[in-house]
Amino acid sequence: MRDTFIGQLKQRAVGDPRIMLITGDLGFGVFDRYREDCPKQFLNAGIAEQNMTMVATGMAMEGRIVFTYSIGNFSTLRCLEQIRNDACYHNTDVKIVSIGGGFSYGALGISHHATEDLAIMRALPNMTVVAPCGLWEAKQATDALIDTPGTFFLRLDKSSGCDEPLQQEEVFRLGRARILKEGTDVAIIVTGGILGEVQKAADILEFSGVSVKIVSVHTIKPFDVGLVLDIAREIKTVVTVEEHTVIGGLGSAVAETLLDNGVQPKAFLRIGLGDRFSSMVGSQAYLRQQYGLDASAIAGKIRKLI
Amino acid sequence: MNSMNTIELAKKIRIHALKMTSSGKSSHIAAALSIADILAVLYGNFLNIDPMDPKRFDRDRFILSKGHAGAAVYAVLAETGFFPIEKLTTHYQNGSDLSGHVSHKGIPGVELSTGSLGHGLGVGSGMALAAKLSDKKHCVVVLLSDGECDEGSNWEAILFSAHHKLDNLIAIIDYNKIQALATVAETLGLEPFADKWASFGWLVREVDGHDHLAIHKSLNELAGMEGRPKVLIAHTTKGKGVSFMEDSVLWHYRTAQGEEFDLALAELEASE
Repeated sequence: MRDTFIGQLKQRAVGDPRIMLITGDLGFGVFDRYREDCPKQFLNAGIAEQNMTMVATGMAMEGRIVFTYSIGNFSTLRCLEQIRNDACYHNTDVKIVSIGGGFSYGALGISHHATEDLAIMRALPNMTVVAPCGLWEAKQATDALIDTPGTFFLRLDKSSGCDEPLQQEEVFRLGRARILKEGTDVAIIVTGGILGEVQKAADILEFSGVSVKIVSVHTIKPFDVGLVLDIAREIKTVVTVEEHTVIGGLGSAVAETLLDNGVQPKAFLRIGLGDRFSSMVGSQAYLRQQYGLDASAIAGKIRKLI
Repeated sequence: MNSMNTIELAKKIRIHALKMTSSGKSSHIAAALSIADILAVLYGNFLNIDPMDPKRFDRDRFILSKGHAGAAVYAVLAETGFFPIEKLTTHYQNGSDLSGHVSHKGIPGVELSTGSLGHGLGVGSGMALAAKLSDKKHCVVVLLSDGECDEGSNWEAILFSAHHKLDNLIAIIDYNKIQALATVAETLGLEPFADKWASFGWLVREVDGHDHLAIHKSLNELAGMEGRPKVLIAHTTKGKGVSFMEDSVLWHYRTAQGEEFDLALAELEASE
């Protein structure tokens, strides 16, 4: 997703001098081509994320579209108040990008586990929260961030699922969830690269005769209330999957939406991380297994539910 | 505007700030009095701004980073024609948009809402960098408090501005040497303060922050220098203009009511 994002950003930046990319001293080698083509639209702010976000706000106030870039929690939680008071309150075109949602950097330790960012970013007024499930959405989201005024959080994952449109003419729209697979027995609503595990879980379930619908919520906020309600009215079992704490993220957004609108599925389950840190070291795939977020664990939980 | 006018402007800022904080029973009168002279020189005689066109692109940008002294900025904006003076009476009242800490929402002339310390200089650095990249000639002035310099985010911005040679950026420090609970020296000492800025690559001037001619001269000198960001360390007296508020930790939070208000107003009105 990272390379897709930077490739698309470069494509757009070449023709649009408003675009600025500021990194917090991360992304070794990643920006080489961008810097070659757009040297005046790149800045390394150093290891100073608070200032990176403040500078981005100041530049955005002067008419720039400014991307801040770091990994894990550095572009979000480290500078949370700058995001809230400066970028969001002033409704600026600051686009916060984090590489490494969830356990993407699992072996680096808890400092690098981005497992509460969706909930925290989602709570901020004036903030749009986007977490693509695959490369198609990552590319489309990059365009949408440039073309849509306002403050955004773009959470990119090291892993990704297959999110190519079912119909070629499909248009990506912020705030509009996407149906990636039709099914009738259970609806799995998912955000982020963990879509790959969900798709494998669906294969397992389909093999034993369970018909699975898969819905990608690439935009956590604003939330696609209409589609989620339609799905919950039509399918008895609704499950959410996210590589994130179950507090305040996708699962919470779905639960809030359903209860607010008086819709109660026959069975509902939020699959995600419990209210805990992970001191365990391992790859993203390994940690997903350990915390019940891999394909077979997801399939097992759903089988118990229906 | 000559210096007599800025002295009159400073007097009006002080009187408004006293009335606003007293009727709102809000804190920070001493912090507002501390910067009245600096604001009077900036708005009366230095900044290139236009109350008829507050967002004009070539305007100088002013950020009050010590947002708790917002009453003084609202006062100077009203006195220089950005909005009606009568609006000041709504400060801190229910339903008002003149919040205790300075806000830009609906207030012409305010560039940045602040209140949490350590935000203004970094945002100002971004504005200054954008101006330089676009070959714009306006300057960015950020007014900070001394206690605010405890915030690490400022030092990130100080490094950044020097690295990028933002010579269109001027920081002014209201160095009254008192913060919320005690003196700066007792809390988290800043000395040698000027040396710190200089060692970070900034051009430094020190000035009596109540001497209008000296402030004006220093700002003009700094504005004409190239290659580095500039800081004006303004030595000030917290609570300046009201004898019993001066140099007192008490008046960071205390609000003047009853007889205290009458005495303070009488002193400010009698000043020349």
